[in-house]
Amino acid sequence: MKNIFAVAGVVIKELYRRKDFYVLFIITVLICLVMASVNIFNDPKIARYLKEICLLLVWISSLVIAITTTARQIPAERENRTLLPLLAKPLTRPQLIFGKFFGCWFACGLALLCFYIFFGALAAAREHQWPLLDYFQAAVMHWFMLGIVVAMTLLGSLVFAAPSSNSTICFVIIGGILFVGRHLDQVATSMHEPLRAIVNALYFTIPHLEFYDLRDLIIHNWPLIEWKYIVLALLYATAYIFAFLLGACLVFRRKPVN
Amino acid sequence: MTAILQTQKLRVEYRSREMRQGIKVALLGLDLEVRAGEVFGFLGPNGAGKTTTMNVLLGFVPPTSGAASLFGIDVRQPIARQRIGYLPELTYYYKFLTAEELLRFYAKIFGLARGETDKRIAELLKLVELEHAAKRPIKSYSKGMQQRVGLAQALINNPDLLILDEPTSGLDPLGRMKVREIIQRLKHDGKTVFFSSHELGEVETVCDRVAIIHQGELKAIGGVHEITGKHASLEKAFLEIIGFNSSTAP
Ligand SMILES: Nc1ncnc2c1ncn2[C@@H]1O[C@H](COP(=O)(O)OP(=O)(O)O)[C@@H](O)[C@H]1O
Ligand SMILES: [Mg+2]
Repeated sequence: MKNIFAVAGVVIKELYRRKDFYVLFIITVLICLVMASVNIFNDPKIARYLKEICLLLVWISSLVIAITTTARQIPAERENRTLLPLLAKPLTRPQLIFGKFFGCWFACGLALLCFYIFFGALAAAREHQWPLLDYFQAAVMHWFMLGIVVAMTLLGSLVFAAPSSNSTICFVIIGGILFVGRHLDQVATSMHEPLRAIVNALYFTIPHLEFYDLRDLIIHNWPLIEWKYIVLALLYATAYIFAFLLGACLVFRRKPVN
Repeated sequence: MTAILQTQKLRVEYRSREMRQGIKVALLGLDLEVRAGEVFGFLGPNGAGKTTTMNVLLGFVPPTSGAASLFGIDVRQPIARQRIGYLPELTYYYKFLTAEELLRFYAKIFGLARGETDKRIAELLKLVELEHAAKRPIKSYSKGMQQRVGLAQALINNPDLLILDEPTSGLDPLGRMKVREIIQRLKHDGKTVFFSSHELGEVETVCDRVAIIHQGELKAIGGVHEITGKHASLEKAFLEIIGFNSSTAP
């Protein structure tokens, strides 16, 4: 466990010492601020619309951070050859995988915290209310969704050698799941047999990332979701995270390092 | 003296990416023995199989056949690497960390206690003469400084055996001299050092024994004087042994 957190600590240090996270954060903040100031009519519809766009930006930024940071972790260790002195020490390969996962996931959590605090402050300035629990539910679900994304990208970075192709593939798969994942079962009913079974199987095996999208909760100030459903969703995410990490460990175990 | 590092009929085949070439045999039946307390030079031209041998010893590459052991423990068991330090060739350490943070990270992996870590890091930074740069990110270091960070990380667990892959390659004469001095210090402290090189001058000055390999085969092993023998220098002997005849060269 100590080894895992030592590796994770290095990942987090890297993220906050690199400039790209700050750039993304500042761009998001600027766009949101500009849009917030555009709202001159004080029309509640427009306010809602603006919240929607800001949250969409936050979602996209968080996915970009999660995928790009994770995708380069192990390829960079290979390229700079830091993998060699690391694995020559009493650190097992699964410990390295889990360390990288926790590092990237915690780093994403920090980024999310910044984004949600900023968004909350902006919304509170207009609406004069702090629905803290709504934000908490949305942020935790968002964070666990990023956990699945990070684990999936980590597995991808071991399967596909180039970080850029891995990032692209992960963006496409995750975008695909978010947009069409929930409709796959309906798509299947309109199909003929072999295809129908395949699409149905796909529907039941993909991680349904869209469950974790609680943006509407914040946008419309809806009542809280029952906690038992949140807990269930988090367990579902944990299962997928473990499955992807297990896959990563199996792929990595067989790889010669040199 | 007991053998600390040993290989027996070690054979390594790499499966080529281009299937036309089939397999590439990097080592064919290497027998090597390094004894406690000696500085052992592992010589060979580029592509001879030096790095491959070290990769097997570190468990990075599985041997196709034959065996290798450290401290009498088969290298397939991770415990064999508990008491070794390793410096890979051409490694760029985490650029965004400082030397001190890097050493602290590796110390954590060895499970060193906090007080011990602080003491060890101070000692090592002094040994490799990086105290003045300890709080600067590694990306601002010169090549020689990076190599000395590498040496420091190899020593973090106070190992009994050091495996150094071309520790002086790419360094200027001053940098090389410093690395040589560190190796001599380690020998003085009773450590065993196994290092690869193709810089024969330095090997002559620091090594007790050497082995020469060429195309994956052991060509000679013994004391420096034994191998130099009737030749004018170790370099002449080396060229002769790897079959390069200077009189027929252009
Ligand atoms: N991963 C690999 N795949 C295929 N061939 C390799 C690989 N690594 C090394 N080789 C080959 O094995 C031989 C020995 O290489 P190496 O051990 O790196 O030599 P040295 O360190 O003595 O310069 C070389 O011919 C090299 O081309
Ligand atoms: Mg080499």
